[in-house]
Amino acid sequence: MPKVIFVEADGTRHEVEGKNGVSLMEIAISNNIDGIEAECGGSCMCATCHCFIEEDFSAAVPAMESDEDEMLGFTAVDRKSSSRLSCQIKMSDDLAGIEVNLPSEQN
Amino acid sequence: MSDPIIIVGGGQAAVQLCLALRKEKVETPVLMMSEESEYPYHRPPLSKSFLTGETDEDKLLMRPETFYASKQVAVELNTHVSAIDTSERTVSTAGGEKRFQSLVLVTGARPRQLPLPGADLSGVHLLRDLQHSKNIKNALEDAQHVVVVGAGFIGLEFAAVASGLKKTVTVFDMADRVMARAVSPAISSWFEKTHQGNGIDIRLKDSVSEILGESSVKQVKTVAGELLPCDLLLIGVGVIANDDLASAAGIECDNGIVVNEFCETSVADIYSAGDCASHPNPFAQGGRIRLESIQNATDQARVVASTIAGKKMPYHSVPWFWSDQGEHSLQMAGLSNSADQFVVRGDIESDNFSVFHYRAKQLQSVDSVNSPRDHMLARKLIGGQISPSLEQAADITFELKSLLP
Ligand SMILES: Cc1cc2nc3c(=O)[nH]c(=O)nc-3n(C[C@H](O)[C@H](O)[C@H](O)COP(=O)(O)OP(=O)(O)OC[C@H]3O[C@@H](n4cnc5c(N)ncnc54)[C@H](O)[C@@H]3O)c2cc1C
Ligand code: FES
Repeated sequence: MPKVIFVEADGTRHEVEGKNGVSLMEIAISNNIDGIEAECGGSCMCATCHCFIEEDFSAAVPAMESDEDEMLGFTAVDRKSSSRLSCQIKMSDDLAGIEVNLPSEQN
Repeated sequence: MSDPIIIVGGGQAAVQLCLALRKEKVETPVLMMSEESEYPYHRPPLSKSFLTGETDEDKLLMRPETFYASKQVAVELNTHVSAIDTSERTVSTAGGEKRFQSLVLVTGARPRQLPLPGADLSGVHLLRDLQHSKNIKNALEDAQHVVVVGAGFIGLEFAAVASGLKKTVTVFDMADRVMARAVSPAISSWFEKTHQGNGIDIRLKDSVSEILGESSVKQVKTVAGELLPCDLLLIGVGVIANDDLASAAGIECDNGIVVNEFCETSVADIYSAGDCASHPNPFAQGGRIRLESIQNATDQARVVASTIAGKKMPYHSVPWFWSDQGEHSLQMAGLSNSADQFVVRGDIESDNFSVFHYRAKQLQSVDSVNSPRDHMLARKLIGGQISPSLEQAADITFELKSLLP
């Protein structure tokens, strides 16, 4: 299975396996990674699944829809150009080895 | 070993509490007791994407089973707490008594039944838990004529799902508009039109007076006297707080477990949060209310954790809620009940607009249809007690964001 690397704000790295079709948020939650809260369970309603996508992968992740773009204006830690909502990105072969940085706060 | 913090209930607030207690560095052992047979799961999909098949059962769990051990939380499922002894500091279950250091009651709410003739026939459903939703999902396979009593969020979400599956759907509500308790008239009428446009028959100021059938429902009789064919009936007429356990133990209850702004009940070391907690809410002019939302359950759970950690942080989160009805997303920020003026931002004839509600010229709440940006801005504005003027709110060329610090 392709690997996903989550890096918490304090630098802790978690290298985990991600099944294709499963969202990065779900992969983080199922591996008990704390930096993602996901209050709304992936409905694109809470912005507590904020993450930063490592530059090398910025072209590989699917483009965001307008809802996600709008929600990203209101994350607990300010949006950067690499910001995404992890519930909106599904794992695929293109993302094998992706590095996902997590913010220090989600709420 | 010291006595644990016992959590009674295994829903949204319970999970957030496990997270928040450890985040607050509370090291006391935690024991979560839930009467359900599943680990805590997301309820919102139960009336939406779980029924359509978009969300599978294995995606419903809020956290994997291993999460609890990773947070040093012991979990007892299938465990109904039947009594609390506040002086001995114990809870009783079928398995005996357990002592607690602190007790958190996050027992949620249960759907209100309607005392109608025929309500016990098969084919008549309530919707609160996973089993209910599975039963409804099964029943939808063969059902043709779906009737919903109650045009609230759950009733309308379900009606939209059923109509999407090409069922004949009729929704009844005694009020003169849909979602009357929660949204403004403009939003009600937009959803009424939209659902009707999709073929849902919405009957206001009318209801079901009798459910007819031998062993399963075949027809309903309306208050207006009509007979309609029906093979699946959903009753969605609101919920009742699960406060019986608390009130039997002498903990103050009044349409829910009474708590203060720190989520403390009338008994020391006993706390409550979520759907079952009747709390003072600064966005209801300090009035005591109960909220049934993910926001309220998670934010109050954080308040309980900080109170237990000894850092008192009062509950003052802006209430927000969402409801996905078919293709459309309704989002609400603040509480609109006391509003005396409102203004529409955007074009009501389009599918994207928001209604801004004011009370004495101060922004109270915003209901948004397919406009997540307005909704998120509203959460910030209301939380910061920042009011755009009515003119600014109505002017889509005015950048509301410019009012934020
Ligand atoms: C179908 C549906 C759709 C929803 N959609 C939305 C939505 O779109 N947006 C939104 O914001 N909110 C939505 N909600 C509301 C939201 O799910 C609730 O507000 C939230 O679950 C409340 O969390 P809670 O922890 O207070 O209660 P619950 O999640 O109800 O958890 C309470 C738990 O306590 C257990 N329990 C009760 N008594 C005992 C006892 N004596 N002993 C042991 N265990 C006990 C119950 O079995 C349950 O597991 C929806 C609810 C439903 C039912
Ligand atoms: S989980 Fe809520 S927006 Fe992603």
